[in-house]
Amino acid sequence: MTRKAVALISGGLDSLLAAKLIQQQGIEVEGINFFTGFCVEGHTHAIRKHERNRVKRNNALWVAEQLGIKLHIIDIVDEYKDVVINPKHGYGANLNPCLDCKIFMLHKAQEWLKQHDFDFIITGEVIGQRPKSQRKKLMPVVAEESGADDLLLRPLCARSLPETLPEREGWVDREKLKDFSGRSRKPQMALAAEFGFEDYAQPAGGCCFLTDQSYSVKLQDLWDNRGKRDYELDDIMLLKVGRHIRPSKAFKLIIAREEGENQFLSGYKRQFQTISTVSHAGPLALIEGEPLDPQQLELACAITARYSKGRDADSVEMRFSDREQGSRRIHVKPLPAAQINPDWVIV
Amino acid sequence: MNPVIELDARRLLCPMPVIRLQDCVEKQASGVKVRITCTDPGTMSDIPAWCRINGHRVLATEQLDHEYIFLVQKDPDGN
Ligand code: SF4
Repeated sequence: MTRKAVALISGGLDSLLAAKLIQQQGIEVEGINFFTGFCVEGHTHAIRKHERNRVKRNNALWVAEQLGIKLHIIDIVDEYKDVVINPKHGYGANLNPCLDCKIFMLHKAQEWLKQHDFDFIITGEVIGQRPKSQRKKLMPVVAEESGADDLLLRPLCARSLPETLPEREGWVDREKLKDFSGRSRKPQMALAAEFGFEDYAQPAGGCCFLTDQSYSVKLQDLWDNRGKRDYELDDIMLLKVGRHIRPSKAFKLIIAREEGENQFLSGYKRQFQTISTVSHAGPLALIEGEPLDPQQLELACAITARYSKGRDADSVEMRFSDREQGSRRIHVKPLPAAQINPDWVIV
Repeated sequence: MNPVIELDARRLLCPMPVIRLQDCVEKQASGVKVRITCTDPGTMSDIPAWCRINGHRVLATEQLDHEYIFLVQKDPDGN
């Protein structure tokens, strides 16, 4: 009887190698990939024009294709909120709840396994590779709290960990698994060469935006100013785009930095009040927050004008648009760079 | 003739268009056709890749201004 394993596919090299090692033992493998909304995949590339010329591929799909396996992409955006907002084990260096995230994803994988009648789960984890979530003593915590227990096999470091069910049952040969540990990527690269994999993704840091300091600062600012720790998918998408400037608690501007971002933000015109530059080439800005009084609106226009080609002009004509309510023109003098309070800029 | 199922994935960023397509295709019988309209240029690579992996066929691809339109047929060989 052919045993079946479900592999957590992040799109990085480790999950590719882990799945390959298991496939080589005659196990049928299918992949799952979770979409949290914070994934680095795709989005920024799609938005920013200067990155559009780079190869745009979804690495999880690419990995699945290399392995010749099916890939199921699972939308966990709503359920994942609780992981980000209330992580039982706390955050890493930024707002990344890596340990809770792993537990949650494995829990989902275990549910998937039951529904689809698979035998065990594999991940590309390596002991000690990430500062917190991949420490050896935490690995059993992840297995236990997720409910995956000994159905969870980590082929890249299995030989340094207690035996799991697939090994005990003889479905896989433990001797053919690896004992990788630490931050060095050399063993993985050597194994990739052995398998003939080239052109794989080498993600720096973590697999999602929550490990990014500037992104985390923006998310924290959003929570602080809303007075509650919550978010919608659009919120977390918009945190990936533009300059975020908060001149007061009442409102924040999201100002496009280039054409690709301009186009992306213009998709939000029906949801947000916006400011654009009429007399000069310039960015589109979304206004997030309470309706502005005339003074605040003038300041918002002056800030946006500062990022237009008319930044040195005496007067720049701006357009303020209020969703379906129509628009009006406002003339402002662009705010000199020196008057943009550094505390306003959320980075 | 079965009608073609239309999916609107405009404004969605990858991998959301792929998820929409996947969730729709899953519920259909082999051979059913789905047309999906996207605006994320990443779909140009992701949707064909997803189809190749899962045994579905891209029958036609079209680019109109900023829209990318794919006509996909579910698993024509019924695997
Ligand atoms: S980097 Fe992000 S996706 Fe990866 S484990 Fe941490 S929280 Fe989860």
